[in-house]
Amino acid sequence: MRSRFDEQLMLLNKEMIEMGALCEEAIELVAKALETNNVEIYKKVRPISLEIDQKEKDIEARCMKLLLQQQPVAKDLRQISAALKMITDMERIGDQAEDIAEIIGYLNGENRNNSVPVQEMAKATIKMVTESIDAYVNKDVALAEAILKEDDIIDEYFMESKRRLIKMVAENPENGEYALDLLMVAKYFERIGDHATNIAEWVIFSVTGVHEEA
Amino acid sequence: MNIISARNLALWYGDNKALKEVSISIPEKSITAFIGPSGCGKSTFLKTLNRMNDLVLSVRIEGTVEYAGKNIFDPSVDVNELRREVGMVFQKPNPFPMSIYDNIAYGPRTHGITNKARLDEIVEKSLRDAAIWEEVKDRLKKNALGLSGGQQQRLCIARALAVEPKVLLMDEPTSALDPISTSRIEELAEELKEKYTIVMVTHNMQQAVRISDYTAFFLLGELVEFGETEKLFSQPMDKRTEDYITGRFG
Repeated sequence: MRSRFDEQLMLLNKEMIEMGALCEEAIELVAKALETNNVEIYKKVRPISLEIDQKEKDIEARCMKLLLQQQPVAKDLRQISAALKMITDMERIGDQAEDIAEIIGYLNGENRNNSVPVQEMAKATIKMVTESIDAYVNKDVALAEAILKEDDIIDEYFMESKRRLIKMVAENPENGEYALDLLMVAKYFERIGDHATNIAEWVIFSVTGVHEEA
Repeated sequence: MNIISARNLALWYGDNKALKEVSISIPEKSITAFIGPSGCGKSTFLKTLNRMNDLVLSVRIEGTVEYAGKNIFDPSVDVNELRREVGMVFQKPNPFPMSIYDNIAYGPRTHGITNKARLDEIVEKSLRDAAIWEEVKDRLKKNALGLSGGQQQRLCIARALAVEPKVLLMDEPTSALDPISTSRIEELAEELKEKYTIVMVTHNMQQAVRISDYTAFFLLGELVEFGETEKLFSQPMDKRTEDYITGRFG
């Protein structure tokens, strides 16, 4: 029964996975560009960010249509309303990857970025985003709860970045501008982690009906 | 405060057990919706609450229904008095083939009110409470069968209100009505719950979500789940409730 509705929910999941994959791609691109000092990366990340924006609009339209046509209740209502909230977080992730790409352009190809554990942060945030979408699709509360803990690791990386950058500026004040740019990069990664955490919280709500505050 | 409490209520139609030990307490001055698939016992249970099932020959009932602190099956209970306090509105509007005025005055007259001024007062108040006064005040002497379906249903609600009940039982009161009449009845029900307790059987789950405070889900004669409507429709406790309300039943 309701096989048509179930089909549409599957399509919604598929689009959520696609949007999540775009977010991962954007984060991966900026992580790689930081490693290779690719100042042109913005040109590649920008279109992905636009695609993410479009996906948000598409998924939003699909959810509104499902709400209107199917008048979902209980777990169906939670799944759709969670999707509506999650796409906002994913859209922000796309924007922040774009912001990082923009900053990479200012860094002028200087290779001093091992002062901040950006690669570790990028890896950890990609993992969180992938897992939060997996948890949503598979209704996996245990995985979602594990993600909430992973955010602490990213927060710790951010604190570590701050300490190293302060030291860098103290040793040579000329590094000031560079250090601030890099601090922004670290901060954006930290924010991406927060958005992935939000997604995981909505997964938990979608399955259990209880919204956890981390 | 609960106004009606059923305890282990079981009902048989001949050999067929239609209600299986139903226990429920219905809070007063609220709207309680009974939902469930056809044949689940919700209408049977509703009719039990003012002993309408007494009229069915093969019915056997066990358990109790307490109303106003008394078991309604107790021999000392006056069934007419019970039905005055626990009124009923049916699926299809069923006005008597007489004037609008006489439809409303019928109940009070059978309960011994003959004073013209008093009857006028009751008729106006009942029609006002049922949100139909403005539409019929100039044609009270006209035959009630000339009203539209939605008006007839509100007239029937006014007729039920005329004997000053405490509880109104409604058996799918809007299933024969168009969307506009339906929303008028729904709004009316929400107004009426300030003074009365409403128990409503509905096949329209969105209606239950829209207007009821509490929802009871029946399945195969069993009360599966009962609770606050918002909770039941967002986080049902029982898998069977979830399957039914999300349309994945059977």
